[in-house]
Parts: sequence; C-alpha cells; structure tokens
Amino acid sequence: MPKWITQVGCPYCGSSCDDIECLVSDDGKKILETRNACVIGNEIFHHVSSPDRPKRPRMRQPDGSMKEVTYDEAVDYTAKALIKAKKPLIYGFGSTNCEGMSAVARVAERAGAVLDNCASICHGPSFLAIFDNGYPSCTLGEVKNRADVVLFWGCNPMHAHPRHTSRYSIFPRGFFTTKGQMQRTIISIDPRETDTAKLADYHFMLNQGHDYELFDAFRTVLRGHDIPAEVAGCKREMILEAAEKMKNARFVMIFFGMGCTHTDGRNHNVDIAISLTRDLNTHTKASIMAMRGHYNIAGPGQVWSWQFGFPYCIDLSKGTRAHMNPGETSSVDLAMRDEVDCFVNVGTDAGAHWPIAAIKHVKKHPVITVDPNICMASEIADLHVPVRVVGVEEPGVVYRMDNVPIQFKKVIDGPEGVPSDEEFFDKVYTRMCELTQTEPIWVHVKEHAKASSSLEH
Amino acid sequence: MAEKIILNMITQRAVEEGQAMEKGKTTPEYFAACSVCEMNPEDMKRLGIWRNTNVRVTSEAGSVIVKAIEPTQYCPPGLAHIRQGVWANQVVPPRTQSTGVPQYSGFPVTIEPAINEKIKSALELVQGAVGIWKGGN
Ligand code: SF4
Repeated sequence: MPKWITQVGCPYCGSSCDDIECLVSDDGKKILETRNACVIGNEIFHHVSSPDRPKRPRMRQPDGSMKEVTYDEAVDYTAKALIKAKKPLIYGFGSTNCEGMSAVARVAERAGAVLDNCASICHGPSFLAIFDNGYPSCTLGEVKNRADVVLFWGCNPMHAHPRHTSRYSIFPRGFFTTKGQMQRTIISIDPRETDTAKLADYHFMLNQGHDYELFDAFRTVLRGHDIPAEVAGCKREMILEAAEKMKNARFVMIFFGMGCTHTDGRNHNVDIAISLTRDLNTHTKASIMAMRGHYNIAGPGQVWSWQFGFPYCIDLSKGTRAHMNPGETSSVDLAMRDEVDCFVNVGTDAGAHWPIAAIKHVKKHPVITVDPNICMASEIADLHVPVRVVGVEEPGVVYRMDNVPIQFKKVIDGPEGVPSDEEFFDKVYTRMCELTQTEPIWVHVKEHAKASSSLEH
Repeated sequence: MAEKIILNMITQRAVEEGQAMEKGKTTPEYFAACSVCEMNPEDMKRLGIWRNTNVRVTSEAGSVIVKAIEPTQYCPPGLAHIRQGVWANQVVPPRTQSTGVPQYSGFPVTIEPAINEKIKSALELVQGAVGIWKGGN
C-alpha cells in the first residue's frame, strides 16, 4: 500500500513549508502525489523520480562530449583541481542542507578557496545594510499572530514565495489577528501591479529605481516634516495616509525583496528601510525581514558565521585568517576581474543565473558542478557530479527566511550509489589530505563526535 | 512608428518560471516560460510590433531575441520585464556597484522588431557563449 508521509519540508523557496504530505509508492522509491505544496513545490517532488535524472558523474572529453566516470574518479578530479588552483571559487548553496555547507567549508579551508553563496547575487546587499544598521526582525509566527499592517516592498510573494501570504503574512488567523486578512492593512510597493499588489489596500506604483526617495519620504513624514506633492511618482496624500496607518498600527511588518537589492543603491535601499523600521518603533512596534530566496539560503549565513565569522564572500586564501569584502571577494566581482582559476558550483545554477559575461570568465578554467539535476552549470562543466536531493532523498537542517532552523526529512531513497553533498565533499577533503600528505583533522573530529554521541545514548 | 525604443528593463520572478525551472532548464516549459519579454501594449504600438512576435533586446552587456508578450502582471509604459533566467542574463549588465550584485533590475535596453529571427534555446545561448555549443545554428 502506498503510504502518506506527513510534515515533509519543501526544498524550494524561503518559506520552507514543513507541512507537505507525500504519497510514497510501495517500494519507497517514488512520490505519487503531494498535498499542500504549491505548484513549484509539487513539481520538485515529482521531478526527483524523473527517469532523465543523471545518476553518475560525467566528465567532459577532449572532443567536447560528456562521458560517465565513477564517483572515485570525480572525487580525485575535484581534489586535484582544488589543490592545483591558486584561488578557487566555491559558490552556490541555496539548495543544500547545513551539513553539506559545513562539509564544503572544510574543503574550502583546505583549498585556500573563496567561499561564497547565492546571497552575493541576491540578499547580499541586505547583509551589508545589516552590518551598517542592525536588523530589527522577528520570526514569521510573530507576523502571523500580531502584524496588522504588512508592507511588501519590492517583493512579489504570490510568484516567488507562493504560500507565504497564506501561511504567514496576509490570510492566516493568528492569536491576536483572529480576523485574518480582514484585520490587516496590506501595502505593496512595486513599479508593476503584481499579483501581490492586487491583494493590497495601498499600492504605491513608484517609478522603478526610486525606492530610496520613497523610504525617505515616509521617514520625513513620520518625523513630522513636510514632503513634496509627489515623490518617486507617488502622491503626497497617499504617502501621508499610509504613514498614518503605520503609526496607528499595533505591529508593522516590512518584507522586502529584489526590488530593493537588485536596483540602484542596492544596500542603501535596505539600510534606509531598516532606519524606517527603527523610526516606526518610536510610534508602535515594527519589524523588518528579507524575503530570502531558497529554502536554505539563510543556512550558509548561519553555518559560516559560526565557522569563520562571516556569512558570505569569504576569502580563505590567506590560510590562517578569513577576509570578507563583497565588492572585492564576491563571486561575480572576482569572475569579472579574472581573479579565480577554478570554479565549483554547488546546489545552484550559476550558468543560468549569472550575467553571461561572468560565466565566460570562469569558463576559462576548470568548472565543476555538484547538483542533482541537469542545469546550465552542469552543461558547461568539465565535471558534473549528481547528488541526492535534500528534503526528498536526504534529511538535514535548513534555515527558513527568518533564520528558524527546520529539520527536513528524507521521503524516498535516492538513486543507488548517489552520495549526498556532505558525503561527496568529505571524500574530496580526505583525498586532498592524502594527496598533500596531511592529517584529515576535520574528519577525525567528526568521527570522534559521532563516537562520543553514540556512547552517551 | 519608431524603429527602436529605449525601455527600462527589470528581471524578476514568475511562478511559471519557478515551476518550469524545477521541471528542468532544458525543457520546452522552461523555454516557454523564460524566453519572453513583457511590455506595455502602448510601447508595442509605438514600435509597431504585434503581440507574440519576436524582438531583439539589446543592452550595454549584450543582445538576445525573445518573444514580446502583453504583461501577465501590469507593467507601465516605459518599463519592460524579462523573467529571470538564461534569456534575461544575456543582457543583464554585470556591474555590481561594488556590492557583488549585478544590475539585475533597472538598466536601459533598446528594443526592436525581429520577427524573422529565431529564439535560441537555453543550451545554445549558454554553451554558445562559452564556445562549446555543438548543435549547429
Ligand atoms: S511556498 Fe515555497 S516552500 Fe512552500 S510549497 Fe511553495 S515553493 Fe515550497
């Protein structure tokens, strides 16, 4: 009998939904049906058992074709490429678990690499603003239970985080928000009338790229000063009215996205949003949150901050100390200046999502892609290593957009012989140690930890 | 009727794009979801192009052929939108304002009709750019 597995985590967007249910076939190998997931999540669960998924590493041959190789050969190739490179770049991690991120960090330290994650092309500017200005934030449960004015600034959850509004931000009836949507005022700030804007009570259809002025106008009004008749294409009256709503709210929540971080001003759009949140706290309670993209893109920020003290753009090439300066040590900046000589793409697709000019640069050197699926990064790589899909075939810890850790489950068995990210990179680490005749310290520590925890039980 | 117009380009998400991406970057679904440029009907009129015909989009960083469609979410005149992905990133300028983040949204592009030009596949665009495309033209 096929079996329903409940409380499954969805490995796609930063909502990291953990209420998915999957109907698993008798042999435990296939997902037949899902409940609760949105269309994107549903697609992931069905796609894992697609017959075209690659199940063995493939290496590019001199004639340009790809040929299957063994995992041992893939480990050996990766270890050698990393040792040989003067400054390898290891990038990605939106879509793997924290255990995998930690394993890759050990390899990066060993290789003297630059270690970076998708934040550097996504919410990296938000980190920069947080360094400058702090992060008055909360968890999503607080939004659900308390927020009565919700702003969506430069984000479109109806498309990018499809269940965000129903789980956390607009529709749910919370402890102090028993009337759900009826009790909340929704404000959308976006140059397009997005499907999120259509749900809003106020839509500021501002001139694209002028967010900073509009934030400034809100701050000016909240401090009791006058503003021009029109700011960033939005009418003074509407700004005054919305500011009044925020002032009189019991709890204001500001969600922001790529509309702030991908446009002119980058981090400054975010730091003024944080300043606005602080200002609002002199009138009422207010909180702000970055709409993090992937289900575990908050993970590398957590794991590497703990390991190295920095969340992304971590230059480990000095060997004894880590250095971080995004204009200098971010993936795209390094690529554009030709400063890296080996590129490892893990759990992401730089081939599709970087500006093509940056891809042309990294392709001058060895490119290794570690990802469960065929993607653009796998199709330009010299070596493609398939791994198990986290949240479906591999359990692990993931961090939701509000940095709440969630334990994701394994739902079905992965393809025979295909390792997890963690297993693959632990092997690469061990092989690097063999090749350089050094002690595999990290692996010993891990084994020791495992042994002592089994003694305790 | 203008021969070319300059619009302000943004590249963003769409649920169709998310779903197609999870199906696979080499699938017809991904091609259909991402090789489109949404623009206001007024701008289409200014350019004399028909809905669902191909246009050439050119920025300081490059050029790409995509299909012009009416916006699925209202897009004001002067603004154009290509869903994030392979086609958008042919024209996204890599300049980062020293933050690491390319100019994914808010860069000028020229748009001109290219009815008889073919839209290239994702693989052809990316493999072609790095010189390993084997599929011919
Ligand atoms: S909203 Fe996000 S996490 Fe939830 S099911 Fe959809 S894609 Fe998955």
